[in-house]
Amino acid sequence: MSRGRKERAPGRLAALLEEFYAAPYRRTFARARREEEDLFMLLVCSESLGVPNPAAWYTLELLPVLYERFHDWHRRMGMERSPLDHIGCC
Amino acid sequence: MTLGTVFFAGVHDFGALWASVRNRGQSMGMLSGSYIGRRGRNLFLVVIFLLLLMVNAAFAVVIANLLVSTPTSVIPVWGAILVALVIGQLIYRWKVGLLWPSIGGVIVLYALVLVGNSYPVVLPDPVLGMSPRSAWIVLLFLYAGIASILPVWVLLQPRDYINGLQLFVGLGILYLAVLLASPTIVAPAFNDALPEGTPSIVPLLFVTIACGAISGFHGMVASGTTSKQLDKETDARFVGYFGAVGEGMLSLASIVCCAAGFATLADWQAIYSQFGGGGVKAFVDGGDNLLVQGLGMPAQLGSTLLATMAILFAATTMDTGLRLQRFVIQEAAELAGFRVGTVAGTLIALAVCLALAFGAGSEGSGGMVIWPLFGTTNQLLAALTLAVVSVILIRKGRNPVYTLVPLAFLLVMSVYALVVQLGTFLEQRNWLLLGMDLVILVAALWVSFEALLAMRQGREAQAGSGGDAADGGQP
Repeated sequence: MSRGRKERAPGRLAALLEEFYAAPYRRTFARARREEEDLFMLLVCSESLGVPNPAAWYTLELLPVLYERFHDWHRRMGMERSPLDHIGCC
Repeated sequence: MTLGTVFFAGVHDFGALWASVRNRGQSMGMLSGSYIGRRGRNLFLVVIFLLLLMVNAAFAVVIANLLVSTPTSVIPVWGAILVALVIGQLIYRWKVGLLWPSIGGVIVLYALVLVGNSYPVVLPDPVLGMSPRSAWIVLLFLYAGIASILPVWVLLQPRDYINGLQLFVGLGILYLAVLLASPTIVAPAFNDALPEGTPSIVPLLFVTIACGAISGFHGMVASGTTSKQLDKETDARFVGYFGAVGEGMLSLASIVCCAAGFATLADWQAIYSQFGGGGVKAFVDGGDNLLVQGLGMPAQLGSTLLATMAILFAATTMDTGLRLQRFVIQEAAELAGFRVGTVAGTLIALAVCLALAFGAGSEGSGGMVIWPLFGTTNQLLAALTLAVVSVILIRKGRNPVYTLVPLAFLLVMSVYALVVQLGTFLEQRNWLLLGMDLVILVAALWVSFEALLAMRQGREAQAGSGGDAADGGQP
């Protein structure tokens, strides 16, 4: 029991420090990540939204990957309904 | 201090944390909207904005004063920024675990204290046409402006972290010194020999002690950040109360330094020969004596250590405060229908803070002039937080006496202080602070009135339903 506790102590200290470091800024990072993902979604869908995108050939391949997140994205952007006719998520 | 920590601060911090956890982690501003109403929320936000505005100006002046009075702290204080930058790079770029950078960072920080103690940095007088204090204030705002627009992982996050560790270590060293030295309190329990111009202890005492006894800032942090980090609701009591006790320990250490850190009563009286003469310097000098007595630390090294501790503590609040203020400005601009970029928002925030620091008093002394108003607003915010918690308790049919007693005390003291300060600012013809005082006074009375109405409605609704009426929060 005592040995087990000793073995866990450095791990617990590291976890405590990790939390002390990361916790106050977790929300800030989550928001920044979401903003980046939103921008990326806009880039992927830009051609469909009428904005010329020279990399459309490549970003088109990403649409199936981002499809699941599309509904949350357009609602976050203030669009109640899907702005794209061919994606009827709602 | 002890009574305030246990019965006021503990209740306030725990109450704010609990209320936020119960309402999907909403901040106190949002909660005031849900429980007191839209008008109450807007007025609440006005008080928060003015508080943020004042904290930056007040802290900049406190730090600048310490950098001038304890020049040995300059190297460790500015060196800490480099330490934080290196830690940030180690963790994010090179993916090093936290343990070794933490140990190394604290060691380097304390090594810098030793270096700084041997090489004090004194700015020439004048420097670029400014006094050293004014120059430090401008430099501090320049730093805070840059720090607030950098990505948080580069500087703010590692800086907060290493400062937190340093503060724990410093506080431990100070308490160890007190225990080993077991000093005598030379300050009289009741001081009859008051210097001329000393204002009445009531209400000044109750709006001066902030984080040590009760602070509105804690409610903002508890509901804004801490509530999102809790594992489960029952942890709120431990975290809320322990946070308050931690702050109480720091303030208790400050009192011990200021009251027992001097060898004789004459030494103590020399420091407090005029009102406001002691300040943070009294904490630094008194603490230095205790560290010499208790741990045999070389004289002046303790001063450097404690001044560094106090400055780093205030500086992290300043750069985070400026960042928050920029967000507030950007959001306000968005509401007004135009967009303010990051740099423009920071420049506006900096201009407002500098205007307050230099406009409210010459040579950047405005920060000290607004200190009592800052303290009052901070206590007022705590009272408003307690009002929101009381409304929630009443709506849930719980006994609100534990929050109502501190709420009544705080409200009376801070409104009393605001009225007293109104007279002072009018006498000094300080129109800027007079205007701020008036806005805060009106906002406070209005929110209190709205809170009273909400409490009454909650009681009636509770009596009508006879059960646990509200959990969602719509009045």
